[in-house]
Amino acid sequence: MIRLEKRPQPSRAWSMATPLVAVLATMIFGGLLFAALGKPPVEAIRTIFWEPLFGEFSFYYRPQLLVKGAPLVLIAIGLSLGFRAGIWNIGAEGQYIMGAICGAGAGLAFYPAESFLIFPLMVVAGALGGWAWAMIPAVLKTRFGTNEILVSLMLVYVAEQFLASVSLGLLKNPEGFGFPGSRNLQAWDSAHNAELIAGTGMHWGVVAALIAVIFAYVLLNRHMTGYHIRLTGEAPRAARFAGVNPTRLVLFCLGTSGALAGLAGLFEVSGPSGQVSIDFNVGYGFTAIIVAFLGRLHPVGILLAGGLMALTYIGGDIAQSNLQLPAAAIQVFQGMLLFFLLAFDLLTNFRIAIGKPEVA
Amino acid sequence: MSVPLLSLQGLTKAYPGVVANDTVSFDIGEGEVHALLGENGAGKSTLVKMIYGLVKPDSGKMLLRGQPYEPAEPRQARADGIAMVFQHFSLFDALNVAENIALGMENPPEMRDLAARIREVSETYGLPLDPYRTVGDLSAGERQRVEIIRCLLQDPKLLIMDEPTSVLTPQEVEILFKTLQKLQSEGTSILYISHKLEEIRTLCDHATILRLGKNVGECTPSETSARDMAELMVGSSLQTPQRGARDFGEVAMDITGLSVPAPSAFGTALKNVHLTVRKGEILGIGGVAGNGQDELLGVLSGETLTEADAVKLHGQPIGKLGPTARRKLGVLAAPEERLGHAAAPDMSLTENAMLTGSVREGLEKNGFLDWGKTKEFAERIIKAFDVRTPGPGNAARSLSGGNLQKFVIGREVLQDPDVLVVNQPTWGVDAAAAAAIRQSLLDLAAKGAAVICISQDLDELMEISDSFAALNEGRLSAPREAAGLTVDEIGLMMGGAHGMEVAHV
Amino acid sequence: MDLSAINPVLLIASLMVAATPLLLAAIGELVVEKAGVLNLGVEGMMIVGAIAGFATAVESGSPFLGFIAAAIAGAALSILFAILTQFAQANQVASGLSLTLFGLGLSALMGQSYVGVKPPRMGDIHIPGLSDLPVIGPILFGHDIILYFGIILTAAVWWMLKYSRIGLVLRAVGENHDAAHALGYKVLKIRLAAIMFGGACAGLGGAYISLIRVPQWTEGMTAGIGWIALALVVFASWKPWRALLGAYLFGGVTVVQLNLQAAGVAIPVEYLAMSPYLITILVLVILSADKSSAPAALGRNFHASR
Repeated sequence: MIRLEKRPQPSRAWSMATPLVAVLATMIFGGLLFAALGKPPVEAIRTIFWEPLFGEFSFYYRPQLLVKGAPLVLIAIGLSLGFRAGIWNIGAEGQYIMGAICGAGAGLAFYPAESFLIFPLMVVAGALGGWAWAMIPAVLKTRFGTNEILVSLMLVYVAEQFLASVSLGLLKNPEGFGFPGSRNLQAWDSAHNAELIAGTGMHWGVVAALIAVIFAYVLLNRHMTGYHIRLTGEAPRAARFAGVNPTRLVLFCLGTSGALAGLAGLFEVSGPSGQVSIDFNVGYGFTAIIVAFLGRLHPVGILLAGGLMALTYIGGDIAQSNLQLPAAAIQVFQGMLLFFLLAFDLLTNFRIAIGKPEVA
Repeated sequence: MSVPLLSLQGLTKAYPGVVANDTVSFDIGEGEVHALLGENGAGKSTLVKMIYGLVKPDSGKMLLRGQPYEPAEPRQARADGIAMVFQHFSLFDALNVAENIALGMENPPEMRDLAARIREVSETYGLPLDPYRTVGDLSAGERQRVEIIRCLLQDPKLLIMDEPTSVLTPQEVEILFKTLQKLQSEGTSILYISHKLEEIRTLCDHATILRLGKNVGECTPSETSARDMAELMVGSSLQTPQRGARDFGEVAMDITGLSVPAPSAFGTALKNVHLTVRKGEILGIGGVAGNGQDELLGVLSGETLTEADAVKLHGQPIGKLGPTARRKLGVLAAPEERLGHAAAPDMSLTENAMLTGSVREGLEKNGFLDWGKTKEFAERIIKAFDVRTPGPGNAARSLSGGNLQKFVIGREVLQDPDVLVVNQPTWGVDAAAAAAIRQSLLDLAAKGAAVICISQDLDELMEISDSFAALNEGRLSAPREAAGLTVDEIGLMMGGAHGMEVAHV
Repeated sequence: MDLSAINPVLLIASLMVAATPLLLAAIGELVVEKAGVLNLGVEGMMIVGAIAGFATAVESGSPFLGFIAAAIAGAALSILFAILTQFAQANQVASGLSLTLFGLGLSALMGQSYVGVKPPRMGDIHIPGLSDLPVIGPILFGHDIILYFGIILTAAVWWMLKYSRIGLVLRAVGENHDAAHALGYKVLKIRLAAIMFGGACAGLGGAYISLIRVPQWTEGMTAGIGWIALALVVFASWKPWRALLGAYLFGGVTVVQLNLQAAGVAIPVEYLAMSPYLITILVLVILSADKSSAPAALGRNFHASR
């Protein structure tokens, strides 16, 4: 007979090991899935995890890791603060879009002026855009007790419609021959989030992501606000007793995650993607949820998880062209990872006992 | 001798790290009121869970009227005539009385017939109940009636009652005992679990005493002194707390005309509460749980904000100050619920020391936390209050109830409060820890602090408090000097019999 | 702009069609939440139901078989959620989200070869005489059988919750799982059954979109309807008939905005397309003041300790 026994306290070792076990399990079951699709499983897994790092064209793919990882980490760091406190912002995709629109819009208002002030202005506007979008669920939650999960998610669909609207209207490139989408920011020096060191993939978004990791680490481990966040997540009543103001905490967590998602959007649209267009967003806001959990809501963990998830994106692209592995298979693969993680997380708090309970 | 109703033979049940029951044997006769006596953690509840089919014994057997009895689940136990009145966790707030009762029956009749039966039985046994009322709106005593009637409707042969009097006023206890005696006269056996010795001496024919999972003795309560039973139960003689003579200083905290609406659908509203407590004084606040204790603590700790001058400290209004600001001024509190309110279960003791200690112990500077100093503070609490744990890095939930409670009380006492408010300071705590906690409250008052002790345990309040008041449905009675109060007077302050009446014999 | 092109009878008839997937998913989730479980994976279960139903219907030529397959697929996916939350004690919010993310990927994978395919049609019922009545005929007697099934299901769930023993036990489990356990009810089994029922309903709702409402397969075609269904349960205060009312209301909003788009109203298409989501938010704000009817144990995991 298999039973679960609650551990007297969470196991530190398992807490670190579960992400690794989950990745292994995902590789095995992902391999089975690929085999079922008629693809060579070992080859596919190798392509996804090995090729971008050490393969023949790794000089091209390695920088991509930073490009794809930075927005994931930036968003996931913000989400993790809220998730730790039991505040569920799942609308980061919408905040990402609004940050991109506001940031790009603020810059394009000055087109074609050249000034070193334009890019910082765009950064501020991007963060504000994401922040403001996240404040909608935050204020509704604190004023009316509205569920932030549903509101933040509904706002993703609203933001997507808004994106379509500005791509075809307000921000449409007047010299774009009628194609939807804004001017290309890569072609405008003042607004271009260019690589800081050529050929490395290192752009301002990567810098921001690293700063966010450090900031979150200090906040959670050394600062009262971080302590309050953790306390609220573990025991809301104890947090009230400790003197936490729940309203301020909701505003802080949702606001911060919104601002970080907005920043990610701005760095993406002014750098790798280059323009505001109907489909410039590729679901980073949702994938970041997986990154946050895979990183155990811990800043350093999120950094590693962001890298891993970026790897599956890039590896997935390679597998798509080399092995004709469908893009959706990678999405399933990522979803599976979160599944296994949540399932194995059990081992952190419970011990699996087989047979009769032992007598100590 | 005739065949006993239920015979337990060598029941053993172990959990990782602890043997809850170690070869426990005893018999319950037909029509007998049998007491099961023991401290918190002695293994009483594991034992009854085995009888009720919630837990399977590792070894040993049970015989019901001589036949092997192995209930796989409560349903089967109920079918065999065993019924149980729980101390906690067995009613559904949002459902009405009849629905709650139907859930505890195998083949409930139609709702309308059931309601009629509930009325009939409740009147026969002096436990008036309206079948269509929502259970969440009932008082603790009424909720217990629901459970008792749920059992009675099945004509049980054995009725198990787990600490039934902890939610009753003395007057209600008396009426309950009449009901139980009526049941006994009708041939029902009762297994009565308690740690209150006087009750057992009044009610029970026979007693089995458990300590650390073992049957350590049996006796006939009416012929045994309470002191002897207590020593069997605890295993050694207990120190009664020392209270020195104290002078009261000026008024430390006062509350005038405080009314607070109920915080949730099934909470209690505070109505026109007045209280004062002087330096060096212990004010005991009694009352049955659920009459506004949590709400009163919230108002005092600052979790619930009120009009500024409804709560005053040394004459200064503090009603609008939150918990942190009040701590700065010296008002500290220890809530009832240890896990989840007074402490975060999954956090370490060090982190839990930060929870209330940050301001007064100087554990934070400009928002940045000093974990080294916090660890020292946690170690100080562990040492001063004899908290049994491997170290401050252990999670709060890994501690036993008594040890965690010592930690929680110690955390506040060591911060040198001007006013300390505690709610149920020894609830679910073993006798040794309870004595230590009471002593620490007395010592604190002797040093000149004002202490407000909210508790259901009247013996505890009589032992330590200087003045006494009682909460009843959100109202606080006028405080009286504790010395010389009779049980009857206390009972009336707690609200008397709440409309209960003696069983129609 | 030509509003006269909008025919009120057709509008009401198509409103009922638009409301049915929402209603099915919401009734399923309502039962799940009544048992004290919050499954945020409705969107994922719907979209998997949509493709499973679509593929089965195309391969077998029978839309009816498609609906059965969709219910099975939705229930199967919900078992994953049940394993995570009921056995592995994982956080229900995170598990529900993972179900949705996984479901979206899985459906895209399953649906690759079905893009642009036309599914077999499920005929509308035709009752001679009644269906031919003007106005009433197309509104009340001219729909497909699943639409009626949704209404019957609402009634059945209402009856079950209010009058049946199983409904009482279900509510008890959702109200206080510790007490239910102490009385000897199998909390996990009851919740598992509720979760699977919710999954099957969401699957049916998804298939209704891909087989009847649209009818074709496109990736991500549920477009948030699963999430709106979750909001609908709050809107309905966990009462089946109010869920029906809410579904028709949202169905109405969707149909009206589509009709306005078609009629070329001077409001940009994107803003019209936003409206169902904005109205959902608005309704949530208005109704979230009263949470008293929410099951007390909603979202909390149960583990029988000593």
